[in-house]
Amino acid sequence: MIENIDLTLVNWSRAQFAMTAIYHWLFVPLTLGLSFILAIMETIYVRTGNEEWKRITRFWMSLFGINFAIGIATGIILEFEFGTNWSNYSWFVGDIFGAPLAVEGILAFFLESTFVAVMFFGWNKVSKKFHLVSTWLVAIGANLSALWILVANAWMQNPVGMTFNPETARNEMVNFWAVLFNPVAVDKFLHTISSGFLLASMFVLSISSWYLIKKREELFARKSILIAGVFGLLASFMVAYTGDQSARTISKVQPVKFASMEALAEGKSNAGLVLVGLLKDSDKKIGDRIMKEFSFRIEIPYLLSVMTGGDKDAYVKGIEDNVTGNDKRGVMSVSEKIRRGKSAKKVLVDYKMARITNKTEQLEHIKAILNDKNFNRDYFRYFGYASVDKPENVIPDISVSFYSFHLMVILGFLFIFMFAGALFFLFRGTISDNKWFLWTLLFSIPLPLIASELGWILTEMGRQPWIIQDLMTVSKGVSQINSGSVITTFILFVILFTVLLISEVSIMVKQIKTGPRH
Amino acid sequence: MEHRFSLVRRITGFYIEGFRNLPDWGGKVWIIIIIKVFILFFILKLFFFPDFLKSKYNSDKQRSEYVFDQLINSTATHD
Repeated sequence: MIENIDLTLVNWSRAQFAMTAIYHWLFVPLTLGLSFILAIMETIYVRTGNEEWKRITRFWMSLFGINFAIGIATGIILEFEFGTNWSNYSWFVGDIFGAPLAVEGILAFFLESTFVAVMFFGWNKVSKKFHLVSTWLVAIGANLSALWILVANAWMQNPVGMTFNPETARNEMVNFWAVLFNPVAVDKFLHTISSGFLLASMFVLSISSWYLIKKREELFARKSILIAGVFGLLASFMVAYTGDQSARTISKVQPVKFASMEALAEGKSNAGLVLVGLLKDSDKKIGDRIMKEFSFRIEIPYLLSVMTGGDKDAYVKGIEDNVTGNDKRGVMSVSEKIRRGKSAKKVLVDYKMARITNKTEQLEHIKAILNDKNFNRDYFRYFGYASVDKPENVIPDISVSFYSFHLMVILGFLFIFMFAGALFFLFRGTISDNKWFLWTLLFSIPLPLIASELGWILTEMGRQPWIIQDLMTVSKGVSQINSGSVITTFILFVILFTVLLISEVSIMVKQIKTGPRH
Repeated sequence: MEHRFSLVRRITGFYIEGFRNLPDWGGKVWIIIIIKVFILFFILKLFFFPDFLKSKYNSDKQRSEYVFDQLINSTATHD
């Protein structure tokens, strides 16, 4: 039986989830990074006893508070959507998602109701050291809270540590440590938190620049730039390093995504790393998908081969290798994966029939097959391919993958120069004289946010058509609900989010204009 | 026992005093939080985001059978 999929429903459900996630992510990285900047500033205050540092800490804490409060519960909407729009997916992921999200929920509640309260209400009421410990715990707790969400997301990119239970139709966690230390999770966590540190540093740098442009609170601004400059520079190096690690992992666990983000239609040795490029349609097709080629590019020769294979002669697999297969390079074709996925599905169909006809012996035999390690390794891990009708359907949008990745990387390198420049001018004592640089910093405030969102666009769009890599396609994960209701809630969210965003920006701008309290 | 009550009183007092002395922006963000939480949990969740499987099926067994059928139904990808 071939079911008709309501494309409107799938696309609106995707659009709604993407919009909610993008909106939620406007708040999260600032919380992750600014919490550490506050902790560093307050540590200096406690160690030196200099009241100016207390004033600085309290001002940035007020902006942290506004962002934290407006961002609260925006993530809960994603959980609503899991249950309503993505019920098949939610059921199928079982406790793999449930356990990390429960830990996150408990941690966030504990953190928010205790240490955040001490941080905001505790000035002059608790000891300096206890207040400082609370600030550090908020920073550590917020970042650990992000860990669990990212572990869950990493599992979708590289499902590990679980087994499928046909009785419940759910995946069950069999190895918590494999889920936690999933290489994608480790890379994702470090890359995400460091990008949050960078974003918050740019936020502090930009607002401090505004004070210098206005010739207000100059000492406050210089001290803030010092902390944000050093923290931001270190964070931007960490972002570059963890991003590189992340790309290496993607090349192993999501090779089609990797080839797409490099727009590498055909594999090759001595592959150069493209720094900047413009894509156009190529004459080459894989199935009915038109490939892309460069109309213009600047590349560093051999670097992609060196980075992925450790050698300039290393072969980098292209989209074609991964779709049509390459026996010489040990790459299985998608057609073969589809065949294996269909074999795995056949076992589930047999299981269903045996259950209906109550054939106990056959049922036990099938359960034994499903629990067999070899069956899981060779067949069930390709289960999702049973829903892929054409091999080329596993290719994500190449332009979206390429541009989002490269724009993110270009911005990442730009940030290194901006932080280094801020420290250079600060130490030379000429930062206030270089108005052009201050204006550049001020208008750069949204750039890390754009880079961060581009990273998520690459992560999520680059793994299409999968909602869980190789196991479940997006179309399979969606609930069969009326697309009209999804469109209605999409519009409601746009209105709600716009109002909230305007509120945050206006409260924050007012607080910035008011400035630190004397 | 009395010590425990005194600790509870002190913690409660800490929160009450904190909320009383909220800065100007603090009051505004609390109003936003309350409105937002009301919209999320009492409008969106109740009227627009029912749990699809819970609203359709009464037991986990039925839900798992439904999802199992969805998994083995032949659907083609469009992406």
